[in-house]
Amino acid sequence: MTAEPYRKPIPVPTPETQPYWDKAREHELWIQRCLACAHIFFYPRRHCPQCLSENLEWFKASGRGTLYSYVINHRPAPGFEDEAPYAIAIVQMEEGPRMMTNIVGIENTPENLVLDMALEVTFDDVLPDVTIPKWKPAEA
Amino acid sequence: MDSLRYKVAIVGAAETTDLGVVPDMSAQQLAIDAAINAMADCGIGKDRIDGIASTVSPAHLAHYMGIVPRWVDNTSVGGTSFLIQVRHAAAAIASGLCETALVTMGQSGRSRVGEGAGGSGGGATGGRRDGSYPGQFESIYGPVGPASLFGMGVLRYMKETGTTHEQLASVPVAQRRWSSRVPRAMMRDLITVDDVLDSRMICYPFHLFECCLVTDGGGALILTSAERAADFPTKPVYILGTGESVETPIVSQMYDLTTSAAFRASSRDAFAEARISHSDVDHLMVYDAFAHLPIYGLEDLGFVGRGEAGAYIEEGNTSPGGKLPMNTNGGGLSYTHTGMYGMFAMQESVRQVRGEAAHQVPDVQVSFCQGVGGMFMAAASLIFTNQPP
Ligand SMILES: [Zn+2]
Repeated sequence: MTAEPYRKPIPVPTPETQPYWDKAREHELWIQRCLACAHIFFYPRRHCPQCLSENLEWFKASGRGTLYSYVINHRPAPGFEDEAPYAIAIVQMEEGPRMMTNIVGIENTPENLVLDMALEVTFDDVLPDVTIPKWKPAEA
Repeated sequence: MDSLRYKVAIVGAAETTDLGVVPDMSAQQLAIDAAINAMADCGIGKDRIDGIASTVSPAHLAHYMGIVPRWVDNTSVGGTSFLIQVRHAAAAIASGLCETALVTMGQSGRSRVGEGAGGSGGGATGGRRDGSYPGQFESIYGPVGPASLFGMGVLRYMKETGTTHEQLASVPVAQRRWSSRVPRAMMRDLITVDDVLDSRMICYPFHLFECCLVTDGGGALILTSAERAADFPTKPVYILGTGESVETPIVSQMYDLTTSAAFRASSRDAFAEARISHSDVDHLMVYDAFAHLPIYGLEDLGFVGRGEAGAYIEEGNTSPGGKLPMNTNGGGLSYTHTGMYGMFAMQESVRQVRGEAAHQVPDVQVSFCQGVGGMFMAAASLIFTNQPP
């Protein structure tokens, strides 16, 4: 049996983002903290965006967050045709940073997607070597 | 640094001869056409031009027109690039790097003559691999161009301020009141809030009428020192204030998705340089790729308080006869939008200050023009006046 080719855009890790993608394959969400000024940030970088220190550490995020904002896209990107309309959302992580995501596990309608609803991270193994973090409504 | 206040004037201004659908001209040809029209507008030949700025390669334009310039600028940070280039040209003229600068643009946004395929998203046969930050942290979630990205913060803004869908829809309604009397505008029929809310959903919360047009066209400006401006046949449009800034190439990582840090920074500098207050502004252009931009603009530029812009527009304050006429050509929503609209916003500011706009506001002395580049990636502010120093 031949699997359908994955047609959505594929992230290519760069040296400073590699740990994020490696941990995603293990179904864990890891982000960075600055050891000089304690700032927690996303997306991954070599320097702290607040103080430019290189003295950073990676840590496992709680995977808890809330729905900060979103759009519902009615004109699908190539590879997303079967899902339209689908939400492109921003989750507010419990630790402070925000990230873009899709919302899975719930029909993507304005009625279902209420700002500030609780979300939790989940992981989509899209290719043998690529896993994409996504978020879903938190289980009560 | 010396202020640019009253150092430089725009003496020539023109758009492309044809606008809207121009299937027989590439971006470069449109930029050339606009440049020639701008030179004709102020009665000069190309020999007077010694500085060239454009998002099109200045080398391509210079060689095409047979000009060997002494100053060039190719700043390319999206649709506000031309406002930034005007500021850079003003600084170059003020410091003697050149005398007469041409800032020109052309874009085949609709017909895509000589343009790349553009767009984003995956490939037809297999996923497109991308190691850029947007590629790693946004494209994978299915955005497809500005319509699906620019409004990422709008629902958050609406929740925090109580702004309604009807108020968002009142932005294109107000601008159609302007474009209804602008013959070159692509969309001229008056519309209601219900028409907007009934139009096709493009990307919730944006309906079709809350999204900009996709057109072909171009425009050009010619700048020279305020002193030399007296030698030109046109009414000088003096540059009073300028500002520029950038925030982020990744819209989801804005510092706060309900306000543009770059809008606030560029407008603050422009007001300070111009030494005017908000009440001195007779006319406002805010680059409107989508309906929320005039709302963010009114607040981030300081014309109204936080959360007040939706009601301000809904009540007609920016419509014909209102306190603060805004986007009087109809804007990117109704006049034209080639992809990088900033040049057209400046053209309308110049027309209003000259007193020759299609839908003229009475007695415009000061016009404020706000540009945006990318999805809140970059911003620039320019303040123009017809009042002599
Ligand atoms: Zn730090």
